[in-house]
Amino acid sequence: MKKLMLGNEAFARGLYEAGCKVVSSYPGTPSTEITEEVAKYEEVYAEWAPNEKVAMEVAIGASMAGARSFCGMKHVGLNVAADPLYTASYTGVNGGLVIAVADDPGMHSSQNEQDSRHHAAASKVPMLEPSDSQEVKDFVKEAYRISEEYDTPVIVRMSTRVAHSQSVVDVCEREDIPLKEYVKNPQKNVMMPANARGRHVFVEERTKKLIQEAETSILNKIEMNDGQIGVITSGTTYLYAKEALGDSVSYLKLGIVNPLPSYIIRSFCKKFETVYVIEELDDIIETQCKKLGCDVIGKELFGFIGELSQSIIKEKIKGVSTEYTALQTEIPVRPPVMCAGCPHRGVFYSLAKNKITVSGDIGCYTLGAAQPLCAMDTTVCMGASISGLHGFNKARPEKEKTSVAVIGDSTFMHSGMTGLVNIAYNSTNSTVIILDNSITGMTGHQQNPTTGYNLKGDVAAKVDLEALCRALGIERVRVVDPYNLAETEKAILEELAVEAPSVIISRRPCALLKYVKHNPPLKTNEKCKSCKACLKLGCPAISIKGGKACIDHTLCVGCGICKELCKFDAIE
Amino acid sequence: MDTKSIMIVGVGGQGSLLASRIIGHVLLMQGYEVKVSEVHGMSQRGGSVVTYVKYGDKVYSPVVEKGEADLIVSFEQLEAARSLPYLKKGGTIITSTQKLDPMPVITGATKYPEDIFNQFRDLGINFIPVNALQLAEEAGSAKASNVVLMGVVSTKMDIDKEEWLKAIEECVPAKFLELNKKAFELGRECY
Repeated sequence: MKKLMLGNEAFARGLYEAGCKVVSSYPGTPSTEITEEVAKYEEVYAEWAPNEKVAMEVAIGASMAGARSFCGMKHVGLNVAADPLYTASYTGVNGGLVIAVADDPGMHSSQNEQDSRHHAAASKVPMLEPSDSQEVKDFVKEAYRISEEYDTPVIVRMSTRVAHSQSVVDVCEREDIPLKEYVKNPQKNVMMPANARGRHVFVEERTKKLIQEAETSILNKIEMNDGQIGVITSGTTYLYAKEALGDSVSYLKLGIVNPLPSYIIRSFCKKFETVYVIEELDDIIETQCKKLGCDVIGKELFGFIGELSQSIIKEKIKGVSTEYTALQTEIPVRPPVMCAGCPHRGVFYSLAKNKITVSGDIGCYTLGAAQPLCAMDTTVCMGASISGLHGFNKARPEKEKTSVAVIGDSTFMHSGMTGLVNIAYNSTNSTVIILDNSITGMTGHQQNPTTGYNLKGDVAAKVDLEALCRALGIERVRVVDPYNLAETEKAILEELAVEAPSVIISRRPCALLKYVKHNPPLKTNEKCKSCKACLKLGCPAISIKGGKACIDHTLCVGCGICKELCKFDAIE
Repeated sequence: MDTKSIMIVGVGGQGSLLASRIIGHVLLMQGYEVKVSEVHGMSQRGGSVVTYVKYGDKVYSPVVEKGEADLIVSFEQLEAARSLPYLKKGGTIITSTQKLDPMPVITGATKYPEDIFNQFRDLGINFIPVNALQLAEEAGSAKASNVVLMGVVSTKMDIDKEEWLKAIEECVPAKFLELNKKAFELGRECY
């Protein structure tokens, strides 16, 4: 049966068909739907772990127990999970272990543009790279075969355009793969120095065998056409090249991007006068070609930054650009904003009003950095708000009274807790605000340990954030409703003033959650004096029409923050 | 046949993903190879959202580049203006007349361009303005603007109405089906 499937949905189908039994992941765009989709199959156990390191370790444990297992994450998630990955490369697997890592060239929804292929090379783990949904499904099955045959975890590299493009997939039945026998084997599975030394020898031997696999694999394809130009490429870039250059060039399409085959690359390069390496982000294939003595053209034309496309390839190789029309008028940008009724808005308004230095984190609330609130000073990675604030305050103790960290509920569970322990243990009088909107928001509403539900939607143990913060060593813990501006501001100022570390939990569910009841939309009346105080909230529902404030009834959810702010009772 | 490209543009939350799924489904039912490319995550939070649909005998790249779109469907005027460079020479824009101020306009940093449609006319752009919001509210919900626009799109493509209705049935939750069918009809009737 043929179906139109998102790359991520096809990945889930591949896991299902390959007999995968245990899945543990942490959400991250563009990888999230793999795990959401696979959770729909009853035969597969699937969960959201608190972070990628935990997810990877769950998958490693399940593999050791004999099950085909999986964990998925975005590119930066693999940094968090790198620790178990690099040693799981040594232990190898029992049941097959497949890892999805989704890169985000162009940074549609990410804080950096790192190339995950470096992790594959550094951990000496094979990496496959599909280019469309059908290949995604086929490659996942091939990944399990390679994993079990070569005793290694296998990474499948996705990218935004593969993960979030739908194309046609031929759906098959699930293969019944029984659990492999579990036999205690400390030499293989207990990685202390004496055993790990032996396993490193194994890893190097395995890489040699994997290069042989890459030389003969059906995943590395050559397409010969007339002409004196060859193109070496992989993943979605292959599709851009095909669209731009068609049959005017020959292709070496690499489905296995680590390790790279030496013989195929050399013999392909020998056949052509000119060989282009077209790859997004870093020059990994190009460097390998040059190491093999092949004279190729790559990054000097295409650069290291952002996504490639058929137009870029056409322009760089053929010197042709497509004509187009544009308006003469300047078109205002439309950056993402916090939604109307977003519970984070009240907190950021209070922070901006009091000119507080804000150590930020990763989530919807990073949008607090945007105009007009501009209420964020730093954002680095998951959890860095809390640990970063501690460092900031150690360097500038006087800032303890005017600086806070903000972090979401899911991000706090991911890697905020350890930073909070550090604040208590190594004592700064830091103020941490947990923006508890009862969901993982930015990635599209996933459950987490603070919501009381699991990935399958069943009731689960619910972390008590107040009790947790106290247990971590913070005595001052208070809860506020961010829709109540006065209460929120009072709490922030009081906690900044005290000579003790404190946590404020700003608690109100995301306004987009289905169970959240909205109030009727608000309206402005004739009392509006055009003072524009309400515009300082950065609410997308409020704008100025004919000189007066006006509320868009299709967007407003009646949160009432603007009403609290209006001195003239002009909002009702 | 040559590959055709459709671009769907709007503001996060307006339902462009559903629109692209309906078009993708109906094209798949006609036996074409279809690719639909979406962007999730950050861009959905009230930012500009772009979705591509490509179909034909063989489709390679899932993305649409400047000068390549045969049809642009826009949920909002400013987004129609922003997408214009993607229109192929001789292509068509179907756009809702709805205006949503982006944050730089709300904060007063810049102004919403007033005469977008006049500029389209001056440039000789083939465009169809649709009062999709009003028609959607007539059908029962402002949220159905996307399906009103699908009604207009259906009159510009050589595919039976019944096929479109089948695709809508597959893509829309049962409890909203009647509302969306009505929205689709209102879109068809307005052109």
